[in-house]
Amino acid sequence: MTALVAHGDSLQWVRAFAAGTLRIPPVDAVGLEARATALTGRSIKKASKLVALRLAIQCIDLTTLEGIDTPGKVRALCTKAMHPDPLDASIPSVAAVCVYPELVAVAKHSLGASAVKVASVAGSFPAGLGPLPTRLDEIRRAVDSGADEIDIVLNRSAFLAGDLARAFDDIAASKQACGAAHLKVILETGELGTYDNVRRASMLAMAAGTDFIKTSTGKITTNATPPIALCMSEAIRDHFEQTGVRVGLKLAGGIRTAKQSWQYLVIINETLGGEWRSPDMFRLGASSLLNDVLMQLRMQATGRYQRPDDFTVD
Amino acid sequence: MTPPDAPDPVSAPNPDRAHARSTRAPVYRLEYAPAPESTAVVSLRDSYGLFIGGRFVEPRNGRSFVTINPATEAPLAQIALAEQVDVDQAVRAARRAFTRWSALAGKERAKYLYRIGRVLQERAREFAVLESMNGGKPIKESRDVDVPLAAAHFFHYAGWADKLEYAFAGRTPRPIGVAGQIIPWNFPLLMAAWKLAPALACGNTVVLKPAETTPLTALLLAEVLQEIGLPPGVVNIVTGAGPTGAALVAHRGVDKIAFTGSTAVGKQIQQSIAGTAKRLTLELGGKAANIIFEDAAIDQAVEGIVNGIYFNQGHVCCAGSRLLVQESVAEHVVSRLLARIETLRVGDPLDKNTDVGAINSRTQLDKIHGLVQAGVDEGATLHQSSCALPDRGYFFAPTVFTDVAQSHRIAREEIFGPVLSVLTFRTPDEAVQKANNTPYGLSAGIWSEKSSRVLWMAEKLRAGVVWANTFNRFDPASPFGGYKESGFGREGGRHGLAAYCQFAEDAAS
Repeated sequence: MTALVAHGDSLQWVRAFAAGTLRIPPVDAVGLEARATALTGRSIKKASKLVALRLAIQCIDLTTLEGIDTPGKVRALCTKAMHPDPLDASIPSVAAVCVYPELVAVAKHSLGASAVKVASVAGSFPAGLGPLPTRLDEIRRAVDSGADEIDIVLNRSAFLAGDLARAFDDIAASKQACGAAHLKVILETGELGTYDNVRRASMLAMAAGTDFIKTSTGKITTNATPPIALCMSEAIRDHFEQTGVRVGLKLAGGIRTAKQSWQYLVIINETLGGEWRSPDMFRLGASSLLNDVLMQLRMQATGRYQRPDDFTVD
Repeated sequence: MTPPDAPDPVSAPNPDRAHARSTRAPVYRLEYAPAPESTAVVSLRDSYGLFIGGRFVEPRNGRSFVTINPATEAPLAQIALAEQVDVDQAVRAARRAFTRWSALAGKERAKYLYRIGRVLQERAREFAVLESMNGGKPIKESRDVDVPLAAAHFFHYAGWADKLEYAFAGRTPRPIGVAGQIIPWNFPLLMAAWKLAPALACGNTVVLKPAETTPLTALLLAEVLQEIGLPPGVVNIVTGAGPTGAALVAHRGVDKIAFTGSTAVGKQIQQSIAGTAKRLTLELGGKAANIIFEDAAIDQAVEGIVNGIYFNQGHVCCAGSRLLVQESVAEHVVSRLLARIETLRVGDPLDKNTDVGAINSRTQLDKIHGLVQAGVDEGATLHQSSCALPDRGYFFAPTVFTDVAQSHRIAREEIFGPVLSVLTFRTPDEAVQKANNTPYGLSAGIWSEKSSRVLWMAEKLRAGVVWANTFNRFDPASPFGGYKESGFGREGGRHGLAAYCQFAEDAAS
């Protein structure tokens, strides 16, 4: 499948797509789901479980995206992000905290010089249907407030209406507005209806220049699933083969258990390989996941499950 | 296992990494620690007798042979060697049991079959572990495929036992008598279930001969038959190699032969029963075409290719051993496939993460080596997974041959191992022609998103099973069997009943 398209040129991309020179292979739902089930059935035990759990923590975007978020809540979250387990200093910090733009400055201040990044949703999250200038302005303001990473949503309205060029251009413009900050594009896969659309939207977002593609806003009922993660991983691998550019994957929504985290790690491990087994290329957007991973790590160390109250709730 | 920050040669940091921001370049390694299924659930005896008349008995001449674990070459148990005189005993026991068993109401026979299926489910782990120990197949396959499907076959045919009159419109089915059933080593328990369930449902009694290298799950099944109180003699199990099978085939007290195995032996059987009234069904070899069109869902097709040829180490008569790929996507599909076989985990069959287990026997391993050498000698290009193979036991790395021509031996002969031959085609007509250009005709696969083409192809392929956008899927309700040298007769579903019935109307005419 040859498809070398300059980054950020929607006309060229859409033409190539329409002409069939950019080939995005169809996805067979039955086969995709069977493969995802096989991968999630890998048995991860003992030392490999420890490695997977620590890596999972390092890949977490610790998230709070509620209308009732306050500076106090965000400060507490940042403390947890830097020191997930106050009783065990060997536990690494998470990759980032993810907040609304209004709270970016608070997060940035709280995290200080730590390695934890600040991610902010922007661009009329979660629908993404504000006027484009407003969306771009929101991105710039979040970056100005100190956001290292910006999570926007795909323009599903344009995408599902068949206006691929507009969906593409919105992303390209957002990437520009990000400046040095990293861009993640949320496909909101639960609204795209088919795996074919997920693969197509993934390819579109990557060609438009995003640094990460992300499954979900967490604001609808259908979130990240193993087949969706596999489908997007295969698109990322295609994009890398076609362009030499490595795009990251962020899974979000409904990831609550340690087991889910290593199942997803297995999917990227066997589909994308070693380069993606890192917080630079893989993220898990979650809030309650962290404590379950900590509980499993404590279990591995002590052989006993602790009470939920033994882990901090921030 | 190494800590996350240890150097990892496989995934050394790449300077071209477009989006890496971190100045340090930690490498996060994720390997899978061994996850072996415990063998504690299996209690092996030192030796096993023959199962005749509901009891385990010693063979008359007291001879035995050793059965081993092909993954370790360690002996597992001594197995009684049945000779002519023992086969005779078994057939007589079956004849004696036939009178009452065939007169039993269908709903009563069904109860026994349901019980067998239920006990298989209850003891599923034990059967799965033993199957992997004796046969070398990965535990995830024996656990998720062989044992559940075996139970499903008993349930399916239990359902038919009291409904036989509805299976054949206008005809009145009657049992045939004593069935001699000879099964292969690739799916030992499952093949026993395929053979026993329809035979018993239709009111026949059976003498079953498991394969020489894999007798243990059939003998464990014999314990189950005792446990559920199956009347003595309804199922008899004689263990041994070719001569034991030949004695069973030649026995005058046997009314029907059902054989699954090699085409060469199938031909011998057919010759040896010529001129007798014995009925015969044969399920023999294959060299199935797995056909990939350019519009296929390529990633899923690659999984289908892998499943088609590496499932059960390729010890599958319906394996998709000939890949026919449209030339326009051939390079792409092959590169994906070669990358994919690097991720196959080859090794300990009992490890839950093993994808490809042990080759069933030294004999089979030698045969695979021989045919692969023939492929190299004939000029095909060899590609193999770089995986490390265990030091002991019989293993063969997943293998792909490209630049294969129809006239190569590796395109015509059944290798029965993890070896795929890749050929290309240009048009659907050419795909049909090449797919059918084989002495066999057991199965075929078609990969295309265009359903009209799939249906058109399926009509034209001379193969007993045609899979569309999948491969190696089995269901007790679906008939299975061959064209040409892949045999005749169907097993599974309503069609599978016909092989174990005769009809009152036929006798009258």
